[in-house]
Amino acid sequence: MAQATSPPEARDDAPARRYSVDAAGLGRLRAGAFVAPALALITVFLVFPALWVIYLGLMNYRLTGVEAVNPKIVGADNFIKAISDPAFWDSTWLTFQFVLGSAVIGQVVLGFSIAWMLRDRRGTLKSVVEGLVILAWILPGAVVAFLWVALLDRDSGTLNALLGIPGFPWLLDHPMLSIIIFNTWRGTAFSMMLYGAALGNVPPSHLESARLAGASGWQQLRDVVFPHIRGHILTNLLLISLWTFNDFSPFLLTAGGPDGKSEVLAVHVYKVALQGGDLGYGAAISTIILLINLVVAVFYLRLLRSKK
Amino acid sequence: MAAIELRGLTKVYPGGVKALDSLDLVIPDGEFFALLGPSGCGKTTLLRTLAGLETATGGSVVIGERDVTGIQPGARDVAMVFQDYALFPHMNVTDNIAYPLRIKKVGKAERQRKAAEVGARLGLDQLMDRRPGQLSGGQQQRVALARVMATQAQAFLFDEPLSNLDARLRLEARTFLKKLQRELGVTTVFVTHDQAEALAMADRMAIMEAGHIRQIGTPAEVFQRPANTFVAAFIGSTPMNLLDAAVRGDTLEVAGCKVPVPVSAEGLLTEGERLVYGVRPEYTTYSAEPAEGSLGGRVSIVENLGASHLVTLEVNDVAVQAVVPEGDEPAVGDEGFAAPRRDRALVYRDGELVSA
Repeated sequence: MAQATSPPEARDDAPARRYSVDAAGLGRLRAGAFVAPALALITVFLVFPALWVIYLGLMNYRLTGVEAVNPKIVGADNFIKAISDPAFWDSTWLTFQFVLGSAVIGQVVLGFSIAWMLRDRRGTLKSVVEGLVILAWILPGAVVAFLWVALLDRDSGTLNALLGIPGFPWLLDHPMLSIIIFNTWRGTAFSMMLYGAALGNVPPSHLESARLAGASGWQQLRDVVFPHIRGHILTNLLLISLWTFNDFSPFLLTAGGPDGKSEVLAVHVYKVALQGGDLGYGAAISTIILLINLVVAVFYLRLLRSKK
Repeated sequence: MAAIELRGLTKVYPGGVKALDSLDLVIPDGEFFALLGPSGCGKTTLLRTLAGLETATGGSVVIGERDVTGIQPGARDVAMVFQDYALFPHMNVTDNIAYPLRIKKVGKAERQRKAAEVGARLGLDQLMDRRPGQLSGGQQQRVALARVMATQAQAFLFDEPLSNLDARLRLEARTFLKKLQRELGVTTVFVTHDQAEALAMADRMAIMEAGHIRQIGTPAEVFQRPANTFVAAFIGSTPMNLLDAAVRGDTLEVAGCKVPVPVSAEGLLTEGERLVYGVRPEYTTYSAEPAEGSLGGRVSIVENLGASHLVTLEVNDVAVQAVVPEGDEPAVGDEGFAAPRRDRALVYRDGELVSA
């Protein structure tokens, strides 16, 4: 080695290693102080309620009555009650339909399609379509619910007037279809924006290379676009699956009815715990929802981590 | 394999930018043809219009007797190497090379055999199972070339094929590409902004400016006899001296000195006419002693070019450059004389070459 420009001590890589752990040079204490407020908030508003729900699920706690004052630990009774209750399984099945229909199929397919069709467009059309889709997303839930009730109303609803079939009870005859379309409409903006950004990252030369090889539109999607945005697709699916799974807004349209035909789990918990007053049982179902969410999240994250 | 012919090809982008202005060009079968020009001159648009990635606004593109102007890129039977190679990151080398064959519904065994054959020819046989991300820039380029070769297209299009390689590799790739094209004998059009690259590789080249072709010719023709001052200034690793001149009898007055009328312009000039006199620094003879028909002045800058030096003389406040072999270079401040070679000097009238 001819380049002895630095003394041998400087070749020691210990300082470099220290930097990689503490890049900002704050030291443990000060760095901890910076993180503490956030951690405190997360603990108070996320971790504690989650643990509290698990705790409640083990008790016969009720909104009113003797058990409200003097709840007792009942162990796994609530959980056993849940998994042996057909109403719980009905709700789970409806939730699965709701997530699959409105999130995985509805929002992802529609959001991607809009993003794909608008990818090379500029100007008014793009702005108008994007504006409308995003408007559905940013409107407050109560306003949106009112709009949809007005749209689907049996006697004076806009949809029936347009179709010329006054008196058709959408929310009674097709409650699941109604809330699935409603939620697709409501949530597509997020997927559209995410895919819009993702498509911007697909190198044009890759698409052109496929076109020169003679690839059809579908082949271009399969061989170039999807492999490129795989991570975006999985992240998108993870987020909207969880959001939709926990979504309560179907209640605003159908209130879970008629006869529980649109009672997804979030609504089921509300009915059991707050309308029925059985807080302990509701907490147990919430814990099960938490576990299902965890499984879904782990499933997607695994897919995301396994490189191709 | 096929000739390429452009007739009145015009491309106007939305917004009114005229990228190609009624171009006519014939590229014979098997030729290695370069499109050269500064950025924004339309050379890439021309290549992309040939490929069908841009639709022509007017005129036609004919590849091998077939008018492909309105035909989809995939049906034109041309293959392209992109500047970034456009290899699919999720496919290994074999699948990348075989991709166009897969689209054409060639059977899997046949595809793999063909990919292996082409890959071996380009020295990729040890890398066939790797992903593009695991390859060096030069290897990626060879995969892109292999993909193009596997298609057995009628014509190859290269978009700045060397610009993503480092300087050393670029020289190797230049030689390699030229050899490969010669062996394959496939009509190949490549775009470059590097005039040295075009001169080194092409059989013939077109120099473009603002949507027009300013000159078509062999590298020797464009280097020795640029058709206009644009080409003269663009071509050459050291820029050509372009000096204002006036005709005085059988000499030209350039920067206050008298130089003989170049051979190419003899008998074509009128007395007193104002022209531009052009001579490459390589085509001047430098000496420290005054010589007949030379431009004399003070040396202001000496630049080392390796085996030679580029000497800038201040001749009556006009900069004149001359290439001086190593060992003979003057010092800054010396008096020097640059005598243009009469058989290589050129004269431009209104920017166009004056010649018989």
